[in-house]
Amino acid sequence: MKTWKKPDLTSEVAGIRSPNPFWLASGPPTNSAYQVRRAFEAGWGGAVWKTLGEPIVNVASRYGAIDYDGRKIAGLNNIELITDRPLEENLAEIRQIKREFPHHAVVVSLMVESSREAWHDIVKHTQDTGCDGLELNFGCPHGMSERGMGSAVGQVPEYTERITNWVMEAAEIPVLVKLTPNVTDVRYIGRAARNGGADGLSLINTINSIVGVDLDTLAPRPQVDGRGSHGGYCGPAVKPIALNMVQQVASDPEIQLPVSGIGGVQAWQDAVEFLLLGAGNVQVCTAAMHYGFRIVETLISGLEGWMSDKGFLSLQEVVGRSVQTVGDWADLDLSYKVVAEIDQGECIHCGLCYIACEDGAHQSITWREVPEAEFVGGNGTSPEGARPQVSVSGGHQVVVGSGAGHVNIYEINQETCVGCNLCSLVCPVQGCISMVERDSGLPSMSWREYQEKLAKGEVEKIEPPAHV
Amino acid sequence: MERTRLTRAELEANFADLHPAYSRDEAVAEASRCLFCFDAPCMRACPTHIDVPRFIRQILHDNPLGAAETIFSENVLGGSCARACPTEVLCEGACVDKTLQGGPVHIGRLQRYATDAAQAQDLWFFEPGTDTGHRVAIVGSGPAGLACAHELRRLGHAADVFEARDVAGGLNTLGIAAYKISTELALKEIEPIRAMGAEIHLNSPVDANRLAGLRRDYDAVFVGVGLGSTRQLPIPGEELEGVVEALDFIFPTHTGPFSECYVGRHTVVIGAGNTAVDCATQAVRLGAEQVTMVYRRTDAEMSAFSYEYELAKQDGIVFEWLAQPVEFVADDDGDLRALRCRRLRLQGQGRRARLEEIADSDFEIPCDLAVQALGQAPVADELLGGIEGVTVVSGRLVVDPTTGATGAPGLFAGGDCTSLGAEIVDAVQEGKVAARGIDEYLKGGS
Repeated sequence: MKTWKKPDLTSEVAGIRSPNPFWLASGPPTNSAYQVRRAFEAGWGGAVWKTLGEPIVNVASRYGAIDYDGRKIAGLNNIELITDRPLEENLAEIRQIKREFPHHAVVVSLMVESSREAWHDIVKHTQDTGCDGLELNFGCPHGMSERGMGSAVGQVPEYTERITNWVMEAAEIPVLVKLTPNVTDVRYIGRAARNGGADGLSLINTINSIVGVDLDTLAPRPQVDGRGSHGGYCGPAVKPIALNMVQQVASDPEIQLPVSGIGGVQAWQDAVEFLLLGAGNVQVCTAAMHYGFRIVETLISGLEGWMSDKGFLSLQEVVGRSVQTVGDWADLDLSYKVVAEIDQGECIHCGLCYIACEDGAHQSITWREVPEAEFVGGNGTSPEGARPQVSVSGGHQVVVGSGAGHVNIYEINQETCVGCNLCSLVCPVQGCISMVERDSGLPSMSWREYQEKLAKGEVEKIEPPAHV
Repeated sequence: MERTRLTRAELEANFADLHPAYSRDEAVAEASRCLFCFDAPCMRACPTHIDVPRFIRQILHDNPLGAAETIFSENVLGGSCARACPTEVLCEGACVDKTLQGGPVHIGRLQRYATDAAQAQDLWFFEPGTDTGHRVAIVGSGPAGLACAHELRRLGHAADVFEARDVAGGLNTLGIAAYKISTELALKEIEPIRAMGAEIHLNSPVDANRLAGLRRDYDAVFVGVGLGSTRQLPIPGEELEGVVEALDFIFPTHTGPFSECYVGRHTVVIGAGNTAVDCATQAVRLGAEQVTMVYRRTDAEMSAFSYEYELAKQDGIVFEWLAQPVEFVADDDGDLRALRCRRLRLQGQGRRARLEEIADSDFEIPCDLAVQALGQAPVADELLGGIEGVTVVSGRLVVDPTTGATGAPGLFAGGDCTSLGAEIVDAVQEGKVAARGIDEYLKGGS
């Protein structure tokens, strides 16, 4: 009997410690002591309090979502502003929560007008609560940005550096700068935050968006009396954008700051990916808004199981481990070859690989009609190695995947397959289509090397593959 | 045999839909299971080749009316087929989700969701084609005739349908268990065909003479007369009042209120096909205390589909396998009191097994109603046997499966008279194919 050796999930980012790397991101779930208490009791390691600042007035409605063919909330957008509660009330509750949960990370998000005094003032008041860190909200793309705050700051390196600098003058606890993805290259803003003295970065904030249009009223969603505004987009759909930006920041030699990763984490696998690409912890908001705080249980369980399986004993061994596997396209090996292979024993004959390759890729899957009798075969296996599922009802033979007397068999043309992955991505059967390494017979050569050798006349021009 | 003793409410409950309609959320959840297969097996397995992945994706994207158009464009009785098709051996039998998820997408129920949506709005999607001036007579208003008429109207030909009964729709209206297809639904499905301009003449039986007249008066004739009365067992007592044939037992559930239907306290159904199951389950729903199905062979050989057999078992029906009816036994008043049977045994294995009577094995099944469900007898020979060029083999009218053409010029056919008994969906396809064959013929193509 083997027992899982539970890894140590204790996390530290920019000097802020928490019992596990799962924090609630600043947002509706961290609006009050009531919610943060429930979250910590549920198992969250930390929480970033909903942004404090000059109290605002919110509108109704505020959220819009996109569903994906039957699954709810692939992406969520909001036009809600920062906290609408009085500053004193928030500060008292933060102090109370920190007293109740001394070992959890309580970080407070801040956003005020762009004056040195205003920032000094809010920093002093906030750190007086005993909280563990500050997060500067330079990211919200809606509402506050019209008033010169949020992403209006985070989109300009000079503003970012200057305000970070003001904050650092007053701050006695770690400061994270939260970056907006609504920029051309997030590294410039990261460098500005570093130059301003930030202790760490958190990213990404929400992406500027219109989530949809109501097809009855023809007004955007979410609507406020028939009108709408661009809002901040988040949820599972934004994860790839966030992963890229986290890796960019983590690998930038001029930044070299701890990172708190944010953007679409809903499953433990998402969290592991952020950690591998350089985030010291992750922050979660949409998934908690969708399912409640209890999802942290499956996040922790999944991370622990994966670490145990891989033999990682602490988060330090995981964080950043994949950062260096990402690099310039120009350094990828042009001679590396993979081709698709269909396991006919697993194939269910849906044909999705065929039509994806035919219409969307490189026309390298063929199909042929095998008569049902031949497919069913004599002894439960068909000539192709397929596994026919046959039943009889009322004297009728019923064969799964068969219609009009035949079953379609799909095969890869490995001569023309460019190894793009598309068929394996659309295949609904786990493990049916695999991408298999093949020896191309060519020495390893990157685009960069190719250009150099081409210039020196050391290699022939690579001919493009044949197309139908 | 007596009138049902159940209350109106009990009867309504018993004959309510076998599978209730999906709500929008149920439909979308079910639709999301569809993989959207290429050259989809379900579509190929459907005799009318409805583009199933397309209509399911339309449902998934909240376009049930578009889905209904997809369905009706291939199958004018899409609502009936959604309810009565043996999907287990057709679209759902082929569905690859059986392998992937352990069960097929419930295509029939999704089809019903879409067709219901259109029917709730009295919406139709097609218009008659430009008038060609050609006139086609259609004999029989069953599924084949209706499908043929609708397709002919789309192609611009006039379609006159002649129906012997006082109600249109043939077995689709009268012959399917009422908890599968309600009379109301069956009749509603005929409305768009009338709206397309097809004339349905009720109480208009066509015999050989009349058929000859139609062939003279019209540019083409389609015969979709189906089959005749149920085959009778040539055993003593078949003339007793309590001995009825299957369709005569089913018809009253469609022509009158359930409260006026008759049933036996102890009902025996002879046969083990799908119609036999319909009769047995109907008897239970009408309040029979005991229902017994009698079949000469065993459940391995029965022609009822597996899910029909399951339905019968769930209804508590008793099965007497390997039983040969030998006599309907009357009591002293001359009323049916039992079915006498002789026990059989199978000699040999599989399909080749022969039946042998076991000596001194007679036994009686007490009953006050015996329903004979042994299949219908063909009528094609009587109607068409004398026409030059027409071939009838063992009662089956022979047609070219790609055009529905008989060997006689301008004479086309489809449905049960050409198949000797198949599904509604087969008849619809044959009517549709014949309409296109007729169109080619009228254009001088054949």
